[in-house]
Amino acid sequence: MFKELRGEQRAALIPYITAGDPQPAATVEIMRLMVEAGADAVELGVPFSDPMADGPVIQRASQRALTHGVSIGDVLAMVAKFRENQPDVPVILMGYLNPVEVMGYENFAKRAADSGVDGVITVDMPPEEAADLSAALTTRDIDSIYLLAPTTAPDRVRMICDRASGFVYYVSLRGVTGAGHIDVADVEDHVRDIKTQCALPVGVGFGIDSPQVAAEMSRFADAVIVGSAVVRRIEQADGDIQQIRQSLSAFIASLRQAIGKHPQPLAATP
Amino acid sequence: MAIPNQATDYDFPDERGHFGPYGGIFVAETLMRPLAELREAYEVFLKDPEFLAQLDSDLQHYVGRPSPLYFAERLTSHYGGAKIYLKREDLNHTGAHKINNTVGQILLAQRLGKRRVIAETGAGQHGVATATVAARMGLDCVIYMGAEDIQRQAINVYRMKLLGAQVVTVESGSRTLKDALNEALRDWVTNVENTFYIIGTVAGPHPYPALVRDLQAVIGRETREQILAAEQRLPDALVACVGGGSNAMGLFYPFIGDREVAMYGVEAAGEGINTRYHAASLCAGKVGVLHGQRSYLLENEHGQVIETHSISAGLDYPGVGPEHAWLKDSGRAQYVAMTDEEALEGFYSSTRKEGILPALESSHAIAYAGKLANKLGPNKIVVINLSGRGDKDVHTIAAREGIEV
Repeated sequence: MFKELRGEQRAALIPYITAGDPQPAATVEIMRLMVEAGADAVELGVPFSDPMADGPVIQRASQRALTHGVSIGDVLAMVAKFRENQPDVPVILMGYLNPVEVMGYENFAKRAADSGVDGVITVDMPPEEAADLSAALTTRDIDSIYLLAPTTAPDRVRMICDRASGFVYYVSLRGVTGAGHIDVADVEDHVRDIKTQCALPVGVGFGIDSPQVAAEMSRFADAVIVGSAVVRRIEQADGDIQQIRQSLSAFIASLRQAIGKHPQPLAATP
Repeated sequence: MAIPNQATDYDFPDERGHFGPYGGIFVAETLMRPLAELREAYEVFLKDPEFLAQLDSDLQHYVGRPSPLYFAERLTSHYGGAKIYLKREDLNHTGAHKINNTVGQILLAQRLGKRRVIAETGAGQHGVATATVAARMGLDCVIYMGAEDIQRQAINVYRMKLLGAQVVTVESGSRTLKDALNEALRDWVTNVENTFYIIGTVAGPHPYPALVRDLQAVIGRETREQILAAEQRLPDALVACVGGGSNAMGLFYPFIGDREVAMYGVEAAGEGINTRYHAASLCAGKVGVLHGQRSYLLENEHGQVIETHSISAGLDYPGVGPEHAWLKDSGRAQYVAMTDEEALEGFYSSTRKEGILPALESSHAIAYAGKLANKLGPNKIVVINLSGRGDKDVHTIAAREGIEV
């Protein structure tokens, strides 16, 4: 994906939704409409009972999904369904370790590969603890995507980049997802620093809530990830699928326009 | 006394915080640096004579240590068997063992130059113990507490406010201790530059399980000296309640090398471990990852953490410290569970026979120790960690008796 985007000289737009929010049947449709509106890849959240790194918006999305009993197996089934007519758009799972742990690393990696998952972000699993899971994923050509934070020391940046594949995800603020105190200049400094030490593309996310901020980030980031601002629009629709369709399509299109002007299908990573 | 104090072959955790397969560091990347800072500070200061002298002085003059080891003669004859001793952590300043930990961590916070401390609390004892030391040091203090616990521990909430802490009500999830911990972690991730997180139990990412254990181990060290003075021998069994497990770990740790001393951790069986309403993660849980560590966990078949129940807010937690998981698997300690009803029996026995009103958490240990003492018979010695006093639980007991206080 990033290779093609470099050719186009623009950053990727990666919106996030929580799988099963507002209801399991809506997820695949929401993924598709986001792609039609200009998303280059989709980040799909696996709901968890204790989302420690998430702000209130994504916490509530997780709880809504869990009231429908959405399991990690259900999430993989949604990816498989999405794949039926979207063979190429990258899908990245984002979640917490415990559901993966319960499914078993090998079993998870196999089922994720069968479903067409391209990358996995496990928020509460730093690379030091990730050797076994990462090996299981690598065997099946699934990327292990790690977070870098404003607090990550330079030598750690190198270590993490060495172990990551696909891209690295720079957390653009000190805080939880959806927090409202992003400092673009500070993010730019960090991302430029990371790029001097890391050959992988650098995605930026956490707290990007408008086309304006997305546009600023896209000047120096390889991918712009927008989560809570997307999920908030789903929440505001209060279960009305028609409204989700309208408001998300418009929002994704506005982000896409802010980032670049070349909407066309993109190949899956790498 | 030529009894070795420490097993030479017990050297946990390893440098990345593992107790066998348990423990470790499972947190979002933002917290890796403050955890590394804490690890370094902990390694430096816990060997620094000046720091240790300050800690000892605070434990003696501010906490009121050593706490007595009291021979409970009437409780002994009530249960009819082994001699029962109570380690009186309820007599500490603020009424529980929790302050042993907070006096130490606040010194670390100070040395790291942090001006703000945060903590989670269940029963409110750790919240009070944190608010107390923060007041003494003049640091800002924010306590996260589940809405459910705020309701059943109103007195402790007010105590924290009197001490100048801000108490934040946590409405997410099951609205109890685990959710308070989530919220404290979210605060820490946001305010990581100026904030020190005082975790209240032997759980969480490394180094907290080891750090809190080492600070609570004063309980076991004193107990060892005191029982040797009183009985000229070590006890046959130690009994302590286990929620996260800090009072139990503090009592057990200095005895781990003494293989003849049996150790029993008592979890909350709530309405029974065959029901959905309990908090017995070691007795009825599976291995999982939550709150920065791998340990036993109460979870459903999809890896979602399930809601727990106990009459005592302090045991109402779905996880447990990783060292307990290791002690269980290695067979060095046994873990059992007592129901709400059994805990109440322990509560009333201690209150009526000894004039000591125990916390409902500690009442679980009393209940099991009573059965154990009876089974062991005379000429044996059982030490119970009476981890806290029961004043905070008076409303819960009264409500159960149908009385409005």
